[in-house]
Amino acid sequence: MTVAAAPPAGPLVITLEIIEEHGLTKEEYEQILGILGRPPTVAEVGVFSAMWSEHCGYKNSRPLLRTLPTEGPHVVQGPGENAGVIDVGGGWGVAFKIESHNHPSAVEPYQGAATGAGGILRDVFTMGARPIALFDSLRFGSLDSPRSRYLLDGVVRGVGDYGNCVGIPTVGGETVFDPAYEKNPLVNVMCIGVLPLDRLIRGEARGVGNPVMAVGARTGRDGIHGATFASVELDEGSDSRPQVQVGDPFTEKLLLEASLELIERDLLVGIQDMGAAGLTSSGTEMAARSGSGIDIDVALVPVREEGMTPYEILLSESQERMLLVAKPECEAEVRAVLERWDLQAATIGSVTDDGLFRVRERGEIVAEIPVKPLVEDCPTYTRKGVEDPEVVALRGADLGAYRRFDSNDAVESGLVTLLDAPSIASRRWIHEQYDTSVQTNTLVGPGSDAAVLRLPGGDRALAASTDGNGRYTYLEPRTGGRAAVAEAARNVACTGARPVALTNCLNFGSPLRPSVYYQLSEAVAGMGEACRALGTPVTGGNVSLYNETGGQPVYPTPVIGMLGILEHLERRVPAFFRRTGDVVLVAGVTRDEIGASEYLATCHGQVAGAPPVLDLDEARRLVDFLVAGAAASLIGSAHDCSDGGLAVALAECAIKANGGPLGVEADLDRAPRAGPVSAAAAWFGESQSRVVLGCLPESVDELVSLAATHGVPIGRIGSVAERDGAFRIRGSGHVIAPSVSSLERTYERALPRRMREEAGLTS
Amino acid sequence: MMKVGIVRFPGSNCDADVYRAVTEGLGHEARYLWHKSHDLEGSDVVVLPGGFSYGDYLRAGAIARFSPIMSEVIAYARAGGLTLGICNGFQVLCEAQLLPGALVRNRSLRFRCFEVGIRVERADTAFTNAYERGERLSIPIAHGEGQYVADEATLDRLEADGRVVFRYVDDDGVPTDVANPNGSARNIAGIMNETGNVMGLMPHPERVSLEVLGSTHGLGVFLSLARAVARRADPAASTAKPAGVGV
Repeated sequence: MTVAAAPPAGPLVITLEIIEEHGLTKEEYEQILGILGRPPTVAEVGVFSAMWSEHCGYKNSRPLLRTLPTEGPHVVQGPGENAGVIDVGGGWGVAFKIESHNHPSAVEPYQGAATGAGGILRDVFTMGARPIALFDSLRFGSLDSPRSRYLLDGVVRGVGDYGNCVGIPTVGGETVFDPAYEKNPLVNVMCIGVLPLDRLIRGEARGVGNPVMAVGARTGRDGIHGATFASVELDEGSDSRPQVQVGDPFTEKLLLEASLELIERDLLVGIQDMGAAGLTSSGTEMAARSGSGIDIDVALVPVREEGMTPYEILLSESQERMLLVAKPECEAEVRAVLERWDLQAATIGSVTDDGLFRVRERGEIVAEIPVKPLVEDCPTYTRKGVEDPEVVALRGADLGAYRRFDSNDAVESGLVTLLDAPSIASRRWIHEQYDTSVQTNTLVGPGSDAAVLRLPGGDRALAASTDGNGRYTYLEPRTGGRAAVAEAARNVACTGARPVALTNCLNFGSPLRPSVYYQLSEAVAGMGEACRALGTPVTGGNVSLYNETGGQPVYPTPVIGMLGILEHLERRVPAFFRRTGDVVLVAGVTRDEIGASEYLATCHGQVAGAPPVLDLDEARRLVDFLVAGAAASLIGSAHDCSDGGLAVALAECAIKANGGPLGVEADLDRAPRAGPVSAAAAWFGESQSRVVLGCLPESVDELVSLAATHGVPIGRIGSVAERDGAFRIRGSGHVIAPSVSSLERTYERALPRRMREEAGLTS
Repeated sequence: MMKVGIVRFPGSNCDADVYRAVTEGLGHEARYLWHKSHDLEGSDVVVLPGGFSYGDYLRAGAIARFSPIMSEVIAYARAGGLTLGICNGFQVLCEAQLLPGALVRNRSLRFRCFEVGIRVERADTAFTNAYERGERLSIPIAHGEGQYVADEATLDRLEADGRVVFRYVDDDGVPTDVANPNGSARNIAGIMNETGNVMGLMPHPERVSLEVLGSTHGLGVFLSLARAVARRADPAASTAKPAGVGV
């Protein structure tokens, strides 16, 4: 191992306090001593601390993540790069990734969310892909609390202002409200970009002597140690604002265009966002991928203020900065492109072949660390998970009292309460603040099961959805992991697209708690099972642990971002009813399941019971059936049945019907069932792998036999009625018939009312 | 063949959409005009597209008007050249005083994006001759600062001169307050200058100009321009309207 001949500059005494302040253990410090063969400088402690944080080093999650399938026929780039890439045919690729910005958003929702969007955009365009869509997967506490309203407002403005300004449509996502997220909201943003596959570029630093350049915004004192911040619990008393960065979408737009131009003109060896842990992670990871070294001088980095120390420059998380390695002889041309886009560029060092991350300050060495052990030997921990006995008890709770209704009115008021629940109600208040149609690729925007975007160069389209159910995962983590993958796949398949790959964001509490580690390991195991069953490998993602405040972890929340390919965009299937007279069918089996449901939580205040069974074989067969049905143009509409069960799914199909609300007449008892099903389960239970279909009467027989071929139980339950008609549903001895227009009002007003912005005052 | 020059400010983000509408949607020529350039490259029509020209942290369009290309655009427009400003481009045209009034923050103080109804108030302009007067179009908006304001005298003059080209209307074609997505004075969605060669509008016709997207309500704006260009080149050219455009 090469070490500096002379000890690098800086204070020589590293105390135990300094080690602890950096989130490193005594054992990890011993390992650092072994790697360096001498005590580290303060700057080096900072570098190790950031690279060995959960955020960068995945020290508690890596052994679990290794169990996920990462390969498949479409995968071009799996985990370990700025973003995953899949082959979508015709020479085109799609780069995509999801990332969390939970802690910054809890402290400063607007900037936290904005910079979350900015970071994930950079991860995608540094692969050479032009971003075409953003999705936001959000979790907040109850909207009854002013703080949750403040957070929702700020996060939505933050994502919106950033994406809108850069010109990337936000076309999907989910927003869930539950007291479990009151103090620790979750803000996950997924970005999707397209690229000609021959232009794929990676974050590499090859070629001795090639110039290493810092591009974009100047480096300031903001966000220093954000990666470490993201890896500790939020402390209620402290002011964490200095660790939140401020976004500048205009500079991002310049970086985006300039980066794509540099890549298109083949001027770069590699490029990477200076994201979490800034210059440190980008520099060391690029060198590690190429087995090279990197030698930089922090005095050459353009800074915002005088007197910044090497430690600060190395760890700053100032936004809108990129590190790039230019091809030999191309430096002048690179500079010319950047100048054209009015971007600042500074050559701060060069690529070496000694395998060292060498940092100087005006020539004097302040850090010198072997890259490979720094990046690849981050200590990992396989802990022992133990399920919380309280959860075991909740899962086994007797739900008998909730399975029946006293009257028809009880059913109707249950439905109205669910349609008014913020987790189910219309998201229009949110997505109307996002530009959803810029770039003219949006075939299906927000509010459906999955968004559909046209792809360049032909007839293909891309479908995408983000999903995850924290309550399921809390009550039974393995099922929650499976269900997240299966629901995302189902949503994508509802459009007719074949699900092909996914990215994931794991939002959990502290892995040091055995109960949380249990949730994490079980959920990842469930995800892996579903990925294998559905043939959808994982191409990357993000882990956000320590989502807790005052010792209270959030619901364990795996969020899946699923992509699917639609071979013929004109055969895409809308989610909601299309026309009066269509036959309404339910595909998939209803069981006597009400555990972990939105119904129990919203109407009875109960978070209890086991989540619905997720049979992987059923899930796969349903996906295959949906894809085949769409390809044969047999399906008029297809909507996933999830939160709120069949009654809510039918109501959504009717309320959001093509051209305005359409009535519906249906009998829930005619949906396929396994065993006796109680009334509450029939109406509001969340049995998995079910969809509500609309179909032309003349196509029904063919559709039913196609379902049989795929082994999918299917039942004709009714038909679509007239415009603004009645929502006439019967089942388990009950019948309701509210007007669909009144249901629409409930559904549409739920969010504006709680945000104190009634319709009519919002323009 | 019409040649459309699309100005690219560094923060333009609807430039490519206009390009696609003109080339794919209409089959005419388009090219980008870089904001640092002083050359309009022989364009028949200049489009200032939507976006956030220079970040717009100060005021939408406030800095863009001082860019090198704008001195050419202003001279071109003053000399009668056909100039269209969409969304941010409308804001820039107002800042450059090629159009009266200003666009301020939406009444809701929120960015808003969805399809709105607009009524064609004039079908005898260079920008709308492919539509029928009174026709209702469904076109998306996407803006945070789209509330059109001007003093009463200016508004009265715009109305009297027939320079209000588009107005926000409800499903029945009536300019109601509920149908007004941003609080614009008199539901104004688009206006033109006194000589009828400069128009600005907040909705995005380029986003509904391709068959594949399911609506071509906006294509009529570009088709109208192509006809106006043809007529300028050859005043005897036919002015017959093809059926179905914009419906």
